[in-house]
Amino acid sequence: MIQVTKLTKRFGLKTILRGLDFQVQPGEFVALLGPNGAGKTTFLRILSSLSRPTLGKVIVAGHALPNESSQVRAKLGVVSHLPLLYPELTAEENLQFYARMYGITNYQSRITEVLQLIGLENRRKDLVRTFSRGMSQRLAIGRAILHQPQVILFDEPYTGLDQDASEMLDEVLKEIASHGRTVVMTSHDLIRAEALATRFDVLSRGVITASINKNDLKNNLMDFYKQALAN
Amino acid sequence: MQQKPILLTILDILSIIAIGIATYFALFLAPTELVMGEVQRVFYFHVGTGWVALLGFIIASIAGILYLITKNMTWDRFGLAAVEVSAMFFLITIVLGSIWARPAWNTWWTWDVRLTTAAITELIFIAYFMLRAGIEDPEKRARFGAIYTILGGLSAPITFMVIRLFRSIHPVVVGNPSAEAQGGFDMTVDMRNTLFIALIAFTILFVDFIWHRVRLGGLQEKVEQLKLKTLGE
Amino acid sequence: MANKKTINTVTADHRPPSAVVGQPSFIKATLAIIHKDLAAEFRSRELLTAMLTFSVLVILIFNFALDLNIDVRQKVTAGVLWTTFAFAGTLGLNRSMAVEKDRGCMDGLLLAPVDRSAIFFGKAISNLAFMLIVEAIVLPLYAFFYNETRIFKLEFIAVLLLGSIGYISVGTILSAMSVQTRTRELLLPILLFPIVVPVLIASVLASGAIINDMSLPQIMTPLNLLIVYDIIFIAVSFMFFDFIVEE
Repeated sequence: MIQVTKLTKRFGLKTILRGLDFQVQPGEFVALLGPNGAGKTTFLRILSSLSRPTLGKVIVAGHALPNESSQVRAKLGVVSHLPLLYPELTAEENLQFYARMYGITNYQSRITEVLQLIGLENRRKDLVRTFSRGMSQRLAIGRAILHQPQVILFDEPYTGLDQDASEMLDEVLKEIASHGRTVVMTSHDLIRAEALATRFDVLSRGVITASINKNDLKNNLMDFYKQALAN
Repeated sequence: MQQKPILLTILDILSIIAIGIATYFALFLAPTELVMGEVQRVFYFHVGTGWVALLGFIIASIAGILYLITKNMTWDRFGLAAVEVSAMFFLITIVLGSIWARPAWNTWWTWDVRLTTAAITELIFIAYFMLRAGIEDPEKRARFGAIYTILGGLSAPITFMVIRLFRSIHPVVVGNPSAEAQGGFDMTVDMRNTLFIALIAFTILFVDFIWHRVRLGGLQEKVEQLKLKTLGE
Repeated sequence: MANKKTINTVTADHRPPSAVVGQPSFIKATLAIIHKDLAAEFRSRELLTAMLTFSVLVILIFNFALDLNIDVRQKVTAGVLWTTFAFAGTLGLNRSMAVEKDRGCMDGLLLAPVDRSAIFFGKAISNLAFMLIVEAIVLPLYAFFYNETRIFKLEFIAVLLLGSIGYISVGTILSAMSVQTRTRELLLPILLFPIVVPVLIASVLASGAIINDMSLPQIMTPLNLLIVYDIIFIAVSFMFFDFIVEE
């Protein structure tokens, strides 16, 4: 579903990604772990077509980036640490707007479905300005899955969420991942990552240094992560 | 360490000689203008610097287009060099013009077409420097800088034409002198020769400056690279 | 793969896709952005209130700074109005782009499978709409304050429209640029005014000539330049928007 070969990204003289290789099969839920500044966000921005690769090949959902970015975008849902929502519009209006931007016909019923899924149906007429961080984040996820994307990218979805909000988000994420969708998520939170993902990759200094399936994990994820960074 | 190219050293010497000759011609060989007297001699350098300033402005826009097409950072350095050198020469042109305008028009400044356009161009340059200063990522800085020089290059001629709709008092020395222009004068052969020597001298100096600035930009980048290598890894 | 979890709760997402997904047409995407911008603005009215209040303040200041008595007004009406709109316009342009940048909404727009130029046109047309709304309110106010009804000539309003189009097309891409810099709002007027000078001068000349009933060439010469500027800068802004939002 995602194929990345020898991806390099430079910002001026700074090299963020150095010949990174990365593959994801359909239906996998990959947690991308790594210290700050390892290049996780940059990598997700390249996968989401927002940033161009300097060198290397990137294929997402069967289309090459950056040349076929329009086709990729139609099959891709992205949740970043910013909500990507308009505070002066209601939850419903935000979703309506994005539905139109994705060319979804008969979007009204789809919006109702999504609002039910993320548990915001009773707040559909409320302004996003009045939402808590957790509600915004759930609506951001609703926005990302509106067009039934095959691939979903999450960049630190738990940032700034309290315990309750995080648990609710867990439910939503589990639900989204359980329908054969391919998910890539970056996270600092090893416990949450361990509970959700089927595979764990460690990104350090611009390359993937270690990768393991959940079934192959001997001890807990923390040990694996520490070892991967130590190498 | 990158050695300074011999050709550049030759060009340095050539510029000094050329400017020396041009100065000599302007101050001693050219005849004194009958009406305005000695102050008219400033005219040769005024036109000389004005010409290369305009050249730099045009080159900056072309470098901008080439950068957007090729994404080669050399063009960004080239564009920046052209803008910096052009900004300096425009300033000199304006100052020299003021020195001339004081006795000729009895004022330091007038809202004439060329003066106003030159002033607005200087403001475009200042905006360009501020834009660059506000961006960290060198690639984005180059991209935005290129776009801004192109926008400036497109708008400046229209600015010139629009301001010309107001009456101009700037003399048109080469070509048809306009009836309204004040301080215009007929050039003798000596004057014309002096002017062309000044134009050539400033063009050589201009090329020399651009070359130095582009080279300096390259060296700056190398320093940054070495810094990253020793500090980063 | 190894992802055959069984979840008993049947939720809405299990149903077959109820919506057809495709790439929206250029016009539909542009309209969606305009609709979104206008809906948000008519709810909060932040941008329009700020632009309008600022415009009235500028006109008030001009009144005392220039002592706008009848003689002076004859000459400077077009200039006063254009200066007001130019300054008020930067408020609107800044705000309109900041809304996209602050919550990452610009990324949201860029993530949609629509042409980048649809985003440019959407934003530009919304900005133009805000500008025209402000003008539509300020003109009668000016006429009311100064008993100046000559500004309601159709030609005057046509020049206002042409000038606003040129101003907004450059303003939209420059605001997309300035919002990505460290100095942000501070930078927009400094970037914008030296580039947009021809629009302001040509508009002032043309509209001044119109309200003072000057000859046709005195109206048409600046007007032609204004039209040339509009065409060039709409085309260039359209071409460059891609370069400004890419990374």
